[in-house]
Amino acid sequence: MRSNKVGWLLLTPTLLLLGVFGILPFIYVLFLSFHQWNPFGASPDRIFIWGNNFRRLVFDGEFLLSIWVTLKFAFFAVFSEIVIGYLLAQLFMREFPGRAVFRTIHTLPLIVAPIVVGSVWRLMTTPSIGIIPYYANQLFGIDINIGRDAGTAFMFTVIMDIWHWTPLVTLTLLAALLSLPKEPFEQAQIDGASRAQIFWHITLPMIRPAILATVFIRLMDALRTVDEVWMLTGGGPGAATRYIGLHIWKVVFPKTDYGYGSAISVIVLYLTLVMCWMLYVGLVAPRNKGN
Amino acid sequence: MRPSNPWLNVALWVILSFTTLFPIYWLFVISVKPAVDLFTTPSVILDTVYWRNYVEVFHDPTLRRYMTNSLIVSTGNAVLCSVLAFMACYALSRYDIGGKENIFFWTITNRMAPAAVFLLPFFLLFTKVFVIGDFKLYDTRIGLILLYSTFNLPFAIWTLRPTIDGIPRELDEAATVDGASTWQTIREVIWPLAKPGLAVTFILIWVFAWNEFLLAATLTSFNARTITTGLSEYVTTTGTEWGKMAAISIFTLIPALIIFSMVQRHIVAGLTFGAVKE
Repeated sequence: MRSNKVGWLLLTPTLLLLGVFGILPFIYVLFLSFHQWNPFGASPDRIFIWGNNFRRLVFDGEFLLSIWVTLKFAFFAVFSEIVIGYLLAQLFMREFPGRAVFRTIHTLPLIVAPIVVGSVWRLMTTPSIGIIPYYANQLFGIDINIGRDAGTAFMFTVIMDIWHWTPLVTLTLLAALLSLPKEPFEQAQIDGASRAQIFWHITLPMIRPAILATVFIRLMDALRTVDEVWMLTGGGPGAATRYIGLHIWKVVFPKTDYGYGSAISVIVLYLTLVMCWMLYVGLVAPRNKGN
Repeated sequence: MRPSNPWLNVALWVILSFTTLFPIYWLFVISVKPAVDLFTTPSVILDTVYWRNYVEVFHDPTLRRYMTNSLIVSTGNAVLCSVLAFMACYALSRYDIGGKENIFFWTITNRMAPAAVFLLPFFLLFTKVFVIGDFKLYDTRIGLILLYSTFNLPFAIWTLRPTIDGIPRELDEAATVDGASTWQTIREVIWPLAKPGLAVTFILIWVFAWNEFLLAATLTSFNARTITTGLSEYVTTTGTEWGKMAAISIFTLIPALIIFSMVQRHIVAGLTFGAVKE
């Protein structure tokens, strides 16, 4: 080993940057969350108020509602993506002409900017411009109006997320399926196992780690969805699709109630990290011990 | 697996590809239609192509500025993150630094945090705390570049580490024996070998920065606005200009598409923090 001085020297810029732009904001927001501070309010000075902001937060209906819809959204989106993604990965396991081309096409949505995804789906679903409401009305006589109906708006945010992120699930699960050994499957077929039996007793246990890792990655992303939903529904109608990130951005932030806003930020960060850690320890880590 | 008719698969994938591509095609259709045609019966087939939206968007000085900003910010951020990550990974890989695995793990927690949580502290820091005389980080390109590093630098370190670890130590040692300084070793031995990995990291970060919206929308007001925020401005005017909105979306999409064709194989590894390799 050479002198560690050089090593620290090489590491310093990174630590400095992450310290100033990663840790400092965190400490700052934590500090503010114990204060009352609204520069444009009745008392513009910063006053230390202990944990009052957090007490207020527990009874904040809007905040609790937005947490609830976020969890609902994340659940429906990730669940559908895993199921659809798995089925598509299985389809890719077979040999057929043009497989590489189809795979490329399927990967495409992943690099589309979230904000563009939102604008794409807005153009698809806005009544009188979008093609979905038009044909839904023409063919089935259903009126689709994402600006008015909360359920429809919610459904389309989920559909949009499925369109955007299922390819990621497909490709991760495909990679897992491709890495499986062939023998257990051949043996099971010789023993006369049905397809359902093979799925439940062989495939699923073997790709479980990959599924859990994918769920983890997708869940973390789904919980912080902002851009595309803002573009599609603006959080509406009402607060039906105002997911937590949107809530902070559109409701908390403009109020200039910095103390209370900080408390919300701290709690959301805390919840995310705790959930992230719990998922990691509970789902992802055990497999590493096994192997 | 049970042998099945391959053409059935092809047919299925044609339908699925249609589902994937149609929304983007529809974006294009809207972008090349005059406003008066939008509210008639939606037609899937393009009979006439109307390029005015693109011409207007392209000649709009505001949007041109936004696009320049986006280019500068993404490139600046990608350069900064790649270089710093390269240095950091080399240090983590080759030196016996106390608690280095903790440092490594800590960096990734930076990225797990939802960006929305940082809106308020960053806004206050940029407008009230990081102020030198008249200079504020708020609404500057350098502000955005530094800010994006919080999220992209950990990513770069995470994806670059295996590349640097994979370069045999014997090469460093041989270089040292031959009398090369640390700086020479890094420049002549490690950097060329790490180039392919670096390129992928660079490109993915470039796309992340290009696509970012939330932080750019909150922390810029005029000078440093990026193209994604420009796109959002067309929505707040309650969509009177759908055609232009679609045209800007296409403009936002193109650079990412070009890059996509370059590193298609690495995208999944990139998006899953290298958890999945293809």
